[in-house]
Amino acid sequence: MVPLSYYLLLSGFLFACGVVGFLIKRNIITIFMSIELMLNGVNLSFVAFAAHWHALSGQVFVFFVMVVAAAEAAVGLAIIIAVYRTRETLNVDQLNLLKL
Amino acid sequence: MSFHLILFLAFGAVCVGGAVNLLAQRHPINSALSLIAVMAALAGEYLLLGAEFVAAVQVIVYAGAIMVLFVFVIMLLNAGEEEETKGSRVALLLGVPGVLTGSVLTAWVVLRHSGTEAVPIGALPGHPTDIAQLLFHDFLLPFEVTSVLILIAIMGAVVLASKPESTARKVD
Amino acid sequence: MNPMLNLWLIPVLPLAGAAINGFLGRKSSRSAVTTIALFFSGAAFAMALWVAMRFSSLTLPYHEYLAHWIRSGNFSVDFAFYLDQLSLVMLLVVTGVGFLIHIYSVGYMWDDPSYYRFFSYLNLFMFFMLTLVLASNYLMMFIGWEGVGLASYLLIGFWFAKDSAASAGKKAFIVNRIGDFGFLIALFLLIKHFGSLNFDQVFQSVKPLGAETAGAGLLTAIGILLMIGACGKSAQIPLYIWLPDAMEGPTPVSALIHAATMVTAGVYMVARSHVIFERAPMALTVVAIIGTLTAFFAATIGIAQTDIKKVLAYSTVSQLGYMFMACGVGAFSAGIFHLMTHAFFKGLLFLAAGSVIHAVGGEQDMRKMGGLKSYIPWTFLTMGIATLAISGIPPLAGFWSKDEILWKAYQASWVYWLIGLITAFITSFYMFRLLYMTFFGDYRGAQVDAHGHGSHGHNEHGHGEPHESPMVMLVPLMILALLSLVGGLVGIGNHFEHFLAPVFGPGGVVVESGSGITEKLLMIVSVLVAASGWWLAHLLYCARPELPQKIADSLGGFYEAVVHKYYIDELYAALFVKPLIDGSTRILWQGVDRKIIDAAVNDAGDGARHVSDEVRHMQSGNIRSYAGWIAAGSAVVIAFMIWMGVR
Repeated sequence: MVPLSYYLLLSGFLFACGVVGFLIKRNIITIFMSIELMLNGVNLSFVAFAAHWHALSGQVFVFFVMVVAAAEAAVGLAIIIAVYRTRETLNVDQLNLLKL
Repeated sequence: MSFHLILFLAFGAVCVGGAVNLLAQRHPINSALSLIAVMAALAGEYLLLGAEFVAAVQVIVYAGAIMVLFVFVIMLLNAGEEEETKGSRVALLLGVPGVLTGSVLTAWVVLRHSGTEAVPIGALPGHPTDIAQLLFHDFLLPFEVTSVLILIAIMGAVVLASKPESTARKVD
Repeated sequence: MNPMLNLWLIPVLPLAGAAINGFLGRKSSRSAVTTIALFFSGAAFAMALWVAMRFSSLTLPYHEYLAHWIRSGNFSVDFAFYLDQLSLVMLLVVTGVGFLIHIYSVGYMWDDPSYYRFFSYLNLFMFFMLTLVLASNYLMMFIGWEGVGLASYLLIGFWFAKDSAASAGKKAFIVNRIGDFGFLIALFLLIKHFGSLNFDQVFQSVKPLGAETAGAGLLTAIGILLMIGACGKSAQIPLYIWLPDAMEGPTPVSALIHAATMVTAGVYMVARSHVIFERAPMALTVVAIIGTLTAFFAATIGIAQTDIKKVLAYSTVSQLGYMFMACGVGAFSAGIFHLMTHAFFKGLLFLAAGSVIHAVGGEQDMRKMGGLKSYIPWTFLTMGIATLAISGIPPLAGFWSKDEILWKAYQASWVYWLIGLITAFITSFYMFRLLYMTFFGDYRGAQVDAHGHGSHGHNEHGHGEPHESPMVMLVPLMILALLSLVGGLVGIGNHFEHFLAPVFGPGGVVVESGSGITEKLLMIVSVLVAASGWWLAHLLYCARPELPQKIADSLGGFYEAVVHKYYIDELYAALFVKPLIDGSTRILWQGVDRKIIDAAVNDAGDGARHVSDEVRHMQSGNIRSYAGWIAAGSAVVIAFMIWMGVR
């Protein structure tokens, strides 16, 4: 018997790893992957709560999350390709054209 | 030590290890492979919770499609090892402690309030029929909307990633 | 009950004239403007005459209610008019002399480019003055009071392009306002203690009160404050300084406003409030002392002036002092009598002076005149009559009124009488000095040049020598001369006093037995004094013209002081004006405005800029720093939510 809190802690840990990865990584593709890691953590938490409260809609929601993640990944990678063409770099510190 | 717990810890260890490895690796392809490992382990966790459909979709869509897309892009752009550039001080000084604080707080709340109620193995069986029932009756509208979303994403990806001259010619 | 007299028409008709000329006059012809101005002021005069004819059939006092104004709790003030003997006298003087001066101005101002504006302002003045005179409460009177001050400002500064004229207008208005401050406080006291400003209500409430002997009561305060207002409007010490400067305005203005009507508003106001003053002996004494001192003081300055209009200005201040002296000893009807005769002969003097100035082509310095009696005989004749009147030579008007005042003053205190007598001597002296210097001897002026002369707008005369004025200017002179001749006869047998008795009471001062002899004796003394003043002027300016210079030299510094009006203007400038300007510049402008207000606004702007300078570094364009900020912020939000949940 695994307490609910264990699942939630695992989910939180995955999420935190995702955020830390976003903050310390310099390659933009790695940053994207950290975003996917965050989303996965959230998915786990959804499914755990669905099991806890016997609400199947939690799992359906996971489905939607995955769909959106897929769409976002596709578009985001397309953008990265476009940016790479113009700036010739994948280092996020050099993609700072929006500075004041 | 029930079997449930052992399985949970096993899958959990793979998740944790993969996540940490994603952070530790310098080459993006290594990070991608760790991420795939994480996703596979997560699928196992879903099975432990009884969400069979979700676990299958996780493997097929996430690990099988999205991560493959990532790997393709890494290969296409010939992404190399990360350079050591001077990043932002704020991210390190403010962001990481912030994240850590936030997660510690959340963990504390979770531990205080969740108690020791256990989730039995396979607690909520997520049969495809039941999920379909929900998906196409109660969540029909979001379902349709997400299909439109995917369509837009496809078009967007095609336009954004296409070569600049070809788009210019198309505009004329 | 009284029939409706429509008194409101009397002030409103000139207002209509002012509006028509003011808005349409610029594009109208001279004759159209003239017709409008003369029609409306003449109509007011005609109405005044009509009212006078119906006067004996009226129950007095006559009230006419026009419209609501203020209703606030128990306090109410309305647009309402009031007629009794006192206001009838004032009404006839104002409309009559006013109309005559309008006629005169047609000739005098004919060549002025702003002809229409002059008549618009003149009609406006009539409106306000008539409101003042016909008002049935202090607040309406105050409207008229302020309004005549405004009209005075507009007319003194009529040639506003000239710096001295604009400054003179400003000076008049500001000094008037100082007096008005006293008037206002008196009004507030009246409202507070009697709950009303209507003449009837106030006087009814005051009548039962006894005389304040201790000298420091409410009525004394009101009286003194009203007197301060009168000092400003009627140019008494210490607020007379604006009247000599007011001579910058056109001469008809000086005649109408600063001789016959506006400056007498203070006397009218004191007379109207006699109920209050009679119960405040201390205030009455103050009035009498101010009046007496001013009369003497102004007369001494008049001796040494060389500008013909300035002599007349100081003479006006002095004669007003006589009127206040009369009111101050309780002889209100004598004061009003002198007000009436003064309107005749002083108005005439100013208009004749205007005629003289017109004749010599704009010159106002008497040292450059002389021998004009052969060139301008009619002006000489009328001015001579006026000079006789003001000096108090019987049987002209001035003798009767001035003698009445001196007699009443003698009954109060011989000091007032003596100073009044000496002032009469000086008055006679300087008026005949003016006459001799202007009309006798040889003509000392330059030939009148063919080109225009600035000050009074006559631009087209090409003759070489002084010329008589046109009939349109001479006829008013003649009418006023006639009035100066016979106007005083109403004083014989105390007719005038009896006429005003319903207003002022039978007679303030008890007449002792045997006073008939004393009165006749004093009359003879004042005639002798006036004659000796004439003789001295004749000696110094006709027979032995080299004497004045020798006397002036021997008096040295004292003479210089008199010529410079005792340096009062300089004193005021040093005591009040300069500290005010300095304080305003250094404290209010540089201190408060620049350092506090401007600095606050500027610092607010600077502060915003400094803050944004620091904060803009957040927008670095670096994605990771954005993420860092987001992470930190979300930690704060999570902590807050947990804290809220835990509480």
